[in-house]
Amino acid sequence: MREEVLTLRTPEGIVFDLPLAGPASRVLAWSIDAACLAAAGSVLGAVANAFQLVGGDAVAGFVTVLYFVLQTGYGIVCEWRWRGQTLGKRVLRLRVVDQQGLRLRPHQIVLRNLLRAVDSLPLLYLVGGTSVVLSRRAQRLGDLAAGTVVVRVPRLREPDLDQIQPGKYNSLRAQAHLEARLRRVVTPEEAWLALQALVRRDELEPGARVALFGELADHLRARVPYPPELVEALSDEQYVRNVVDVVLRRREAGPARKKLQARSVEAP
Amino acid sequence: MILDLERFLAAERPFWSELETLLDAFEADPHRARSLETLRRFHYLYQRASSGLAQVRSFASEPALRRYLETLVARAYGESHEARRTPAGFSPRAFFTSGFPRAFRRHLRAFTLAAGVTLAGAAFGGFAVALDVEAKPALIPFTHLAGDPAERVREEEKAVDDRLSGHKASFSSMLMTHNTRVAVFCLALGLTWGFGTLVLLFYNGVILGAVAVDYIAAGQTPFLLGWLLPHGVIEIPAFVLAGQAGFVLASALIGWGGARRPGEALAATAAARLRAAGPDLVTLIAGVGVMLVWAGFVEAFLSQYHEPVLPYAVKIAFGVCELVLLVLYLTRAGRAEQRA
Repeated sequence: MREEVLTLRTPEGIVFDLPLAGPASRVLAWSIDAACLAAAGSVLGAVANAFQLVGGDAVAGFVTVLYFVLQTGYGIVCEWRWRGQTLGKRVLRLRVVDQQGLRLRPHQIVLRNLLRAVDSLPLLYLVGGTSVVLSRRAQRLGDLAAGTVVVRVPRLREPDLDQIQPGKYNSLRAQAHLEARLRRVVTPEEAWLALQALVRRDELEPGARVALFGELADHLRARVPYPPELVEALSDEQYVRNVVDVVLRRREAGPARKKLQARSVEAP
Repeated sequence: MILDLERFLAAERPFWSELETLLDAFEADPHRARSLETLRRFHYLYQRASSGLAQVRSFASEPALRRYLETLVARAYGESHEARRTPAGFSPRAFFTSGFPRAFRRHLRAFTLAAGVTLAGAAFGGFAVALDVEAKPALIPFTHLAGDPAERVREEEKAVDDRLSGHKASFSSMLMTHNTRVAVFCLALGLTWGFGTLVLLFYNGVILGAVAVDYIAAGQTPFLLGWLLPHGVIEIPAFVLAGQAGFVLASALIGWGGARRPGEALAATAAARLRAAGPDLVTLIAGVGVMLVWAGFVEAFLSQYHEPVLPYAVKIAFGVCELVLLVLYLTRAGRAEQRA
């Protein structure tokens, strides 16, 4: 059974999740790295050819070794210097971490990069890609041997709450205990899904829009039942909008919270 | 449950910031010794952030705060629960005087297996060529070795011009990089439960045995020794060591034999065994890389010169000296540290 997150439990009993990177994002990151390496390789090749033309055997030999070091050492040096990231992984916001949540060790980085020799077989990482798809934690063979996983580093950003028409009367806030229950039981994933639906509502076909918000509203109504007189006049879309407003918008953000939110956006 | 999130944030934020600052310092300079007071403070802050995360997890509608705290606690967890010894930076001196030979000696069974497979391949290749000379093209993939050995020796010995002139460095670097790639591949094939490593070592042995018997049968033993020994006594053991690393990897995967250190119990899971074997695998392949750089240099600058330019006796003596030094190095170096 494939896992979506790497769940770690500390000896103190605290549980935290790191979202695992899927095959698609890893392929994209690898493509960026491959493009960088190809660009660097063609520059080195041109230099080697130029020196061979003028008889610079020693320089041509040196460039051959440099090219090999670049190919082999790129992943190792990048992941060591940038704590588990290459250029491609930085762009795609991925990071290599120890599968037990411990500090990434140099030998783990070296091993997972050297074992690409088998992962890349027979071509285009077919062996490694198959392993990523089939393994529980989306690990290629090099990751399995080195005890590493690749996780996503989510971009932490504030929700665009202007999409939900601020300042309007929200009947779901009328009863404080139900409002509190709604905030507790609706998961972050549900709230973000609903917000994304609101953000993209104008891109939907009218029929699809009605159906989507109908489904979302039914799901959310089942989470916390409200008295009919409070919600009967609300359309499905307005109901979803009101739920998102309750869950994601606090009544009043104090200075301490604003500061923390600003820090959260920068957190790795 | 946190009843007043605003108050909770105002109270906890300074502690989280302090923990972040400490983590940044730890990660920037992991080898620096910290005072007991600093470590106690770090532990307190980690526990406090963990406790905060446990409370925030009950607040399902605070995803940004939860992710921030998860990231913070994950970093602190990695620092505070890392029980493995932190390597004090890479020291080339420690690597050559102790690390590499000791890693080799820790896995002698895997080395014996790798050497045995190579020898078995050599015996097979030699026997096949001795039995049927027509098998040579199938066993030896290099065109310059496919012809008559006596004819090649005649051509090489009467050559007046230096055929490698102006290309020695390129040739040498090509040998180094190609051989290192093959050695890394030999290690990586350990992931096939050692089967791929075994096949590669056996095939290398077949080529070696076939070439050796072909030249000996043609009465060209001095040429063979003078040509192969200077670089071969380093290059061939380097491939066997790469095979050793491949078998160590395989044994950690399967759960047999030599992936543990003497006196240590075999770890129960493959993940734990691989974690234990990882540093030695990297040490072995790094040592192999250095050996192949030397072998590539010798092959381009020495091995390709024959009599009358360079007497075979000198080349053979050079090769024998290298072999003796290599054996002494791998079996003796780092023993004092090992005893200590």
